[in-house]
Amino acid sequence: MQSADIQVDVIIPTQTKYLDLIGSIGERIGRELDLYSGDRDALAYQLNLVLTEATTNAIKHSNYKGPKDCVRITIHIQEDELNIKVFDHGQGFDIEAVPIPDFDNPKENGMGIYFIKTLMDSVTYTRMEEANVLEIKKSLR
Amino acid sequence: MKLTQQQLDGFNVLLINEERIDAHNSGDLKAFIIDMIEESEPNIVVQLQQVKFIDSSGLGALLAGFKHATAKSGKLALSNLQPQVMSMFELTRLNRVFEIYNDLNEATTSES
Repeated sequence: MQSADIQVDVIIPTQTKYLDLIGSIGERIGRELDLYSGDRDALAYQLNLVLTEATTNAIKHSNYKGPKDCVRITIHIQEDELNIKVFDHGQGFDIEAVPIPDFDNPKENGMGIYFIKTLMDSVTYTRMEEANVLEIKKSLR
Repeated sequence: MKLTQQQLDGFNVLLINEERIDAHNSGDLKAFIIDMIEESEPNIVVQLQQVKFIDSSGLGALLAGFKHATAKSGKLALSNLQPQVMSMFELTRLNRVFEIYNDLNEATTSES
């Protein structure tokens, strides 16, 4: 795979059984990025993880009703920038309000957003009329 | 979720026969571990040799088991972590919480 752009657009039902599929797509893309100078195995795992966490989050926040009961995920690689967007139709949440985990008193929940923030360069969550979008960016230099 | 329970040198060993632990199966894992603790001695070694991927919910399930075992004056230890899985424990500093062994032999020898 050379520097050609990659655009993957996936729509899945809001069911956790599809997490493997989404994560595996990220992992395969990570392994194929010849231009990435870092540890490609680590990148592959990180993309699997970030897509899994972001999609889990979208499923958790979905409202489970109506025909919009799906999660759309787009993965776009343009030159050396990776951009992931995960759209959900739930009521949304404030990503800035998600606390950093308390490592001295670890809890069972609340580590997913921390992983995304830690492993990627930027993450934003925007509430929009049609759908909310979690946008993740990472430089692949 | 494919899980195998066995006794080894007096320890309850739980083998996870899955390559992936995520929000789809972590609930089953948590329930199984808690049942194990409730039904038998609360000393468990979870063997993760087959697991190549774990997400935050998987770590949460193991942490729930650890806390439950500790509350029952027992212990939940881990063995045979793949490098990428180990890196998740390091990222969350859960490697300081769990006792992590290279293999079951080391786990059962150290725990005796």
